This record gives sequence, C-alpha cells and structure tokens, in this order.
Amino acid sequence: MKNIAKKFLTLIITLFIVSLLAFLAFQVIPGDPTTKMLGTEATEEAKAALRAELGLDGPALSRYWNWLTAFVTGDMGTSYSYRMPVAEMLSDKLPITFLLSVMSFVLTVVVSIPLGIWAGSAKSKAADVAISALDQMVMSVPPFFIGILATWIFGTVLNVFSTGSFISYTESWSGCIGYLILPACSIAIPRIAMTVRMLRSSIIAELQKDYVRTARSRGADRGQILSRHVLKNALIPVITFLAVSAAEIMTGSIIIERVFAIPGVSQLLMTSISGRDFPVVQAIVVILAAWIVIVNFAADILYRLADPRIRVR
Amino acid sequence: MMKKRILAVFLVVSVLAGSLCGCAGATNQTGASSDETTDSFGGIHANEITVGISQDLDNSLDPYVSNAAGTREVMFNVFEGLVKPDSDGNFVEAVASNVEISSDGLTYTFTLREGVVFHNGDECTMDDVLYSFETCAATSVYSNVVAALSGIAEKTADGSVLTVTLSEPNSDFLSAVSSVFILPEGYADQATKPVGTGPFKYVSRSVQENFILERHDAYYGEGAKVDKVTYKIYEDSTALFNALDSGSLDLVAHLTMDQVNNLSNGYAVLEGTMNLVQAIYLNHAVAPFDNEKVRQALCYAIDVDAMLNLTADGHGTRVGSSMYPAFGKYFDASLAEAYLHDAQKAKQLLTEAGYPDGFSFTIKVPSNYQPHVDTTVVLVEQLKQVGITAEIQQIDWNTWLEDVYAGRNFDATVVGFDASILSPTALLARWVSDSSKNMIGYSNEEYDEVYAKALATVDDAEQTELFKRCLEILSETAANVYTQDLADFVAVHPQLKGFEFYPLYVIDMSTLYFE
Amino acid sequence: MKKKGNPFLYIGGAISAFMTALIVMGYFWTPYDPTAMESKKFLPPSFEHLLGTDNFGRDIFSRVLEGAGTSFVIAICVVLIGCLVGIIIGSFCGYYGGVADLVLTRICDSITAFPSILLALVIITVLGSGTENIVIALGILFIPSFARIVRGEFARCRDLNYIKSARLMGVGSLRIMFCHILPNTLPVLLSAVTIGFNNAILSEASMSFLGLGIQPPYASLGSMLSDSQTYLKSAPWYALGTGGAIILLILGFSLLAEGLQRSGKTA
Repeated sequence: MKNIAKKFLTLIITLFIVSLLAFLAFQVIPGDPTTKMLGTEATEEAKAALRAELGLDGPALSRYWNWLTAFVTGDMGTSYSYRMPVAEMLSDKLPITFLLSVMSFVLTVVVSIPLGIWAGSAKSKAADVAISALDQMVMSVPPFFIGILATWIFGTVLNVFSTGSFISYTESWSGCIGYLILPACSIAIPRIAMTVRMLRSSIIAELQKDYVRTARSRGADRGQILSRHVLKNALIPVITFLAVSAAEIMTGSIIIERVFAIPGVSQLLMTSISGRDFPVVQAIVVILAAWIVIVNFAADILYRLADPRIRVR
Repeated sequence: MMKKRILAVFLVVSVLAGSLCGCAGATNQTGASSDETTDSFGGIHANEITVGISQDLDNSLDPYVSNAAGTREVMFNVFEGLVKPDSDGNFVEAVASNVEISSDGLTYTFTLREGVVFHNGDECTMDDVLYSFETCAATSVYSNVVAALSGIAEKTADGSVLTVTLSEPNSDFLSAVSSVFILPEGYADQATKPVGTGPFKYVSRSVQENFILERHDAYYGEGAKVDKVTYKIYEDSTALFNALDSGSLDLVAHLTMDQVNNLSNGYAVLEGTMNLVQAIYLNHAVAPFDNEKVRQALCYAIDVDAMLNLTADGHGTRVGSSMYPAFGKYFDASLAEAYLHDAQKAKQLLTEAGYPDGFSFTIKVPSNYQPHVDTTVVLVEQLKQVGITAEIQQIDWNTWLEDVYAGRNFDATVVGFDASILSPTALLARWVSDSSKNMIGYSNEEYDEVYAKALATVDDAEQTELFKRCLEILSETAANVYTQDLADFVAVHPQLKGFEFYPLYVIDMSTLYFE
Repeated sequence: MKKKGNPFLYIGGAISAFMTALIVMGYFWTPYDPTAMESKKFLPPSFEHLLGTDNFGRDIFSRVLEGAGTSFVIAICVVLIGCLVGIIIGSFCGYYGGVADLVLTRICDSITAFPSILLALVIITVLGSGTENIVIALGILFIPSFARIVRGEFARCRDLNYIKSARLMGVGSLRIMFCHILPNTLPVLLSAVTIGFNNAILSEASMSFLGLGIQPPYASLGSMLSDSQTYLKSAPWYALGTGGAIILLILGFSLLAEGLQRSGKTA
C-alpha cells in the first residue's frame, strides 16, 4: 500500500512536470497569440491591452502559477481563439478520441487473445514459421499506411466509405461508431500482431516449464493444462503489454485522426499548437498525459503483482 | 493533412476603398466533369445549403475584432454597416436607406432605414448606430478604419438622419463606414454569440465540426432565399474534398486545379480569382537582394507560365506588380510581361552584379497554405537552372507572423497579399519607405514621391495614372519577384444558382437559390 | 541446427540487402533527377516511370530511392541515439536505483506523456530545420522508451542469483552491468530496435505534416506518403509505391531481427 501511495505521488509529479514542460514550450516557440487574435493591422496599444486582459504581461513564473492554481480548482480557462471556455470545447472532443481509443483497444484485446492462444498452441514447425512471418508482415505496415489503404480500398475502390463524412456522437451513436470502425482497425491491426506475437511466445515459454511436464506426466491433457495453468501465467506479461498499448493508442490516434479527418482532441491539439492557443494546448496536454501516466501506473502495478521479484528498494 | 488546409494566408491589409471601381473577379463557367457518369443529385433539394470550409472560425466573432479572412468570409452574411459592398465593388445602401455626399466631399448624410431588425428581435435605432460608430472607433483592430473614423469632425443625429462632417475630404471614407457594422447597443456577447442585421443570423456552432446560420426572416430587403446554411468544417483539404466528392456538400470554394480535375460528381465548377498578389517577397536589407540587378535576375530566372502549368494546369493570372486584375483600371497587364523568362539574361545580370556562379538563400514559406508551398517548390527548381540555390523552410503561420512579418528575419518568403476592400492604397501603401508594414524594407524615393502625390490628387484619372506609375516603379526596380493571382475554383451543386464572385474575400449566401 | 530452417534470416537478409542495394544505388544514381519536373503529371506506372509520376511530374521511383535513403539514415541515427542514451540512462537507473533513478524516470515518463509533436516543434524551432536537427529531435523523443526497457531488464536481473554471486565475488559494478546484464537484455532490445526503426520512419512522416520534417523539394518516404494522400484517388500508385517501400524497408529488418533472435536461441 505504501508503494502505491508513493507511486501515486510520482504520478502527480509527472503531471506537474508535463504541464511545466508545455508552459516552457510556449515560452520558447515564436508566435504571439495576440498577433493571431488581432491581426497584423492592430496597434501596439491594442495588443498590449489584450495581453494585459489575458494575463500575458506578467512574469513567466507567476503566469504559470496562475494557470496552475486555476487548473487545480477545475478552471481550465478560456480559449484565446474561440473565446469560449476550454472545458466546454473539450467536453465535445474528448468523448470522440476516447471512443476511438476504446474501440481500438477492445478490438485489439478481443481479436488478439484468442488468436494468440490459438497461435501459441499450434506446435508444428510450418505453423510456427507461417504465424511468425505473418506477424512480422502485419507489424511492418505502419498504422498510417493502413489508414490510407483503407480509405483507398473502402472509399475509392469499393465506394462504401467516405472520408470526412464523420457524424458526431451527439447526432447519432451508431453513425459515429460506424465511421470509427475503419480508423479503429487501422490502429488495432499492428497492435494485434504485436500482442499475438507476445502472447504466443509467452505461452510457448510457459509450456516448456517443469510444472507443465509434471502435469502432463500425470496424464492431464493438453487443453486442460493450457486453460487451467498455462494461460493464467502466460497472460500476465500480456496484460502489462496491453496496458502500455492503451496509453500508446491514445497518443497514436493523432495521426489516424488526421488521416480519417476525425474532429477529435488530437486535431484540436494540432490546430491549437499552431494557433498558439495556450489554455487549450495546456489542458489537452495535461489530460492526455494524465491518461498515459495513469495507465502506465496501472501497468506498473500489474507488473509488480505479476513478478514479485521486482520490488522497490 | 494539416498543411493542406486552405487557411487564409492573406494579410488583412487595409480597410479602405475607392468607391468607383466597377470590377469583379472574372466569372466563367468551366464545363468541368460534364462527361462524368456518376451523378448523385436528383430530386428536390431541401431549401438549405451545406457548405464545406477548410478552416474553423477560430477567432472572436465580434466583427470589429475578428481579422481572419475565413471568419470575415462567413460573417459577411451576418453583419452589415450603413452601406455594404456589392459584387461589383460598389457600395450599396444597407442599414441606411439613403446616402448623400456633399459636393465638397466633407458632409455625409445617412438616412436610417425603417424597419431594420436585429437578429435578437430588437429594432435598430439611431442609438445603436451611434453606439456602433463609437465602439468601432474604440475597438476595431483595423487601424485604417480607426484612422478614417478619427477624421470625423462632427456627428449629429436628428431623428433617423445621421450627418457626419469630415475635417478633410477622404475618398475612402465610405469604405470605412461599410466596416462599421451595426450592432445592438450594449450587447456584450458578440465574440461568441454574434447579433447583427444581415440576411442570416447565427444559430449555433460546434468547434471544428460545424457553424450554422439561419435565414433572418425579419430582414428588411429581399433577404436570403435559402432557409439555412450549415458550414461543415474540415481542418484538412483532403477530407473536405472527399466529402465534396461523395456529394454531401452543396458548395465548396477555394479548390485547387488538382481537386477540380478529380471531382467525379456532377458539380458545376466556377472559376474566379483569389484576389491576391503572390510573389517571392525579397528582404532588401539582406545581401544580395539589396542589389537591383540580382532581383531582376531572379525575375528573369523564373518562368511563371511553366509554374502555372505545373501547379494549376495553367490557371491563374500573372500579375507583374503589386496589383491584381480585379482592380480593373489600376491593373496594368503589360507589367506582367516585363520580365519574360530568359535564363541567359538572368545569368548575365548575375554576372554584372558579381555573382557569376549564383548564390544560395532560404525561402521561408507558411506551411498551412499548400498552393504557396507548391509554387515555391517549382520556383526553387527553376532557380536551380541559373545556378541559384534556394532552400525551402516551411514555418507555421504564427511563426511567420512574428519572425518574418514583424521580425523581418528572412531572405525571401512566398505569400500572397490581399486587400480587404478595393482601394489601390490597400496594396500600395506598404511599400512606402517608412511604412511599418513594409516588411521587405523597400526604399525608393521616386516611389514615395509618386505615392504621396497620388494620395493628394483629387482628380480620379490623374490619381489612377499616378498609382499606375507606382506599379511601374515596383516592376522596374524588381521590388519583388511577382508571380500570380491564384485561380479560385468553386464547386456548386448543379441545381444551386446565383453564386457571385466578389472582388473581396467573402461569399454571399443570400443570392443563392435552388432551381 | 543453425543452418537449417531459418527462413527469417534468409528472407529478411534478402529483402534488407535488396533495399540497401537500392538505397546505395539511389545515392549515386537515379533514373531521373528526383526534383526535375516535367509536364507529364500523374503518369501511371510504366517501364519509363516504374512507379509513375507525381503532381509535379517528377519520377516517383527516383524520389522513392532518394526518400528511402533519407528515411533510412534518419531512422538509423534516431534509433542509435535513442538506444545508446537509453542504455546508459536505463542501465544506471535500473542497476543503482535511488534518487537519480527516481528523477530520471520521472523525466522520461514526462517526455513519454508529452505530445511528441509539440516537443519536436520546440526543438526544431530552437535548432532550426534540417536533417541533423530532425535526428536530434526524434532521438530525444526515442530515449525514454529505450531507457524504460533497459531499466526494467536491469532491475529484473539485478537480483538474480548469478548477478548476486558475481557481486559477492567482487566483480566491479560496470563490468557486471555491461558484461553480465547487458547481453541478457539483447533479445528485448533487438525487438525494441526494430519497432523503434518503424516508429522513427513514421515520426518523420508526422513531422512532415507540420512542415517540420524534410523540406521540399527533397524527398523522404514519410513526407511522400503524406503528400500522396491528397492524390489517392487520381494517383493511387503514389501512395502504394511509397507505402510499399516503407513496408519492405521495415519488413526486411524485422525479419532479419527475428531470424537473428531465433538463431541466437538455437545456437
């Protein structure tokens, strides 16, 4: 329990560092938000007044402090570009990205685990080579390219899908999920290959352990051993791997949202970075980081539970 | 792709206008895709339009504060001043029913139209007009509007008649008035929930998804013909194009030639011009661009026609100086022929300038507007032929604004300058030596003199000649390597009629109707 | 045992050798000048233009050759930086633990949790664009993942019996770390390197979106793939040819790594 509390503290520290990094990043990159807001025609006085209004005229550290204290109390501020509360903007966008991530993750789990178990129990030399080769092949296709291929095959060749015809969940849940299937597949396919590969080698390693031989010498049949003993052990590292995947799916969705023109949080992040919309960027960065850190934290705990040899000294 | 977004990379220059230019973007119907078989259109269309745009209105919606061209393009349908520009570049009565200008050009008498109703249902009164003039003068981000309004010596309201007296004549005053959008007095939410008097009223928006306008039923004039306009936002021009191609959009403007060529549905494609001056803008403070011969050599080295062929199948108009064709009488087509492609001459000039083996420099180009990037790619290849090595550096728009425009930290950059309202001063004022907008640091005594003289001239013909002389000077001294005014393609639903090209960066939705 | 039935090694080797040969060839000779423009836009593949031509009428095959070289060099350098620095940080953190471990792990976690595009934007803005700076920016982004893997392996091995006994026998820490533990992490590292190689090529592509990657008119596989999406309908060969090259490049090395791992196991 003490370890977990300690871990939780480090989680908070990580988020703090991330938000500080994002803040510092905006100190470094050129581009004054007031120029974008008021245009090149505006007078220096108007810009100065706007800077004062936005609280951009104070020293950097105090500005960070102001942001931090507001954020901690749940106030994410107002977008420079849209002049509307950041929370309101994000409440529209987060569910889309989240839905895409969840769909990709579920797809990965649902497909890869049965496939991995099946692949792991296939013992013949030919099957081994065929499965590994296929795995390698699928893993070599970048998700981005899978997305492009999918839009080409389903969009241009088969004419059953149209990029850009995204329907928000606020209008139709089924339409939204329907649109997200292809993007989710594009994210999931290489992940499935990785998970299958991992699960398979984990099962094979487990099958070679002494207890399996003992069980088999006692006359237990292969299927029983597999389902009762081996899987339980073999799945542990895979669960950890899946947890890490969950974090990576979220960050990896940036490029897929781009390819499929999904108006999710990643797209908002990109436009906000180029628009120097600091409050929006900061909020998204912290939320995405929180997701990643929390999932990694879970992975870490699972890993510790799985392998008691790892302990914090 | 983000960089494919057709973000408006037009500098909002100045809100000034000569009220007399009878000129508009060339309108002609290209019979594109007539041989295509697919046609998903048929039946009766609902009386509403879905328009695809490639950039969200990520700006304050307050008309005095919003400066992005994309925002102005949409909000043109929501706000009106006492007068407003029409598609010929003239000013017509809007919230005012009558405008009278005294013969000395000092007194403007506006009669407030009866029965003008705001989108929130309130009637527009003289108080609202006075409030709008004051608020605009105090908060507008367009310094030229503010300057023109500060020239008001006296303003008297008598019933429904507003009399404005200027301290000195200003032929651009009416254009400033067209930018004083009439807003309800004391309404504080313009930035997010705009209320105006235009033919369409703002209904709702969803960030990066849509922006919805509805017909303003209480509009005084003829008003809009369709009930609703939904702008669908695609932050990526590929996605925008795919949506258009699937038939789900009724109108998309600012398409590229490649996209038009790929359009498989039965859309009508209209061709206009983007109304901007695209050029390689050279920093005269940096060697070797301080040398006129080097600049001329660059002009001879590039082949604009070949570039147009590669980037847009030959569409687009050569400009040759800081003026585009929609300006009509000010545009001098002969200047576009001043530097015809001549590699030998370019080399000779380079040798004379002391660079027989060429030189190398960096072109900074905003990454968010693909046509500028494409132009640059072709130009770099052409410059290579005369031994000049140009490296491209793509930067994002905000970096461009701060680093290139304000900081003047560049060798060369490819962008397009536009004029938000038709006045030659909008394009020419910036090249005066001491102008704060003179980002290339152009300094030419004759130019300054002629420009000042033009401003002081009252006679229209004489003034026109002087402005044209300014353009000649820019061309003679090869101030910049002028390329083109980009072709602007608009795809419209085959049954949707009434589209009008404005010489400004706006799209008027009120004239559109379904056949 | 080693010679028999390791098709991964052979096929992977063959593909990699083929791609490497093409890249080396592209370095010295391409059928056309990769930036030369002709008015023959969007020509489909033919004997004249093996992969067709692009929107400027440039030969895609020549550009793929040039681009593969660029992407290859970038990916190798990025993985090299990420891997070497990652090993150094990860091994010390994993082996010694303590405050330094805590601090470095936090920083690595923060970088992992930070949007890579924003970080790349900052680095490129500070250093300026250019191939070396892309390598540095991506290299920094790739350090945490390697450091994390190495650290985990070191933390696991630290308490294993043979390491304990080595320590009792008085073997120096550095020697234990790099002679005893590091070789044990190689199989894990090898697969991390192949995945990293894959990711590096992709990351360069995503940087091209923001105009931070290889600047036009020069080609990289990533920037070509992102450009090709616009012309997917009219010129699908653009995307397919470029994507195919990426797949072959990655597949060759993945198979090679798999083969090496297998022969390592059986040997």
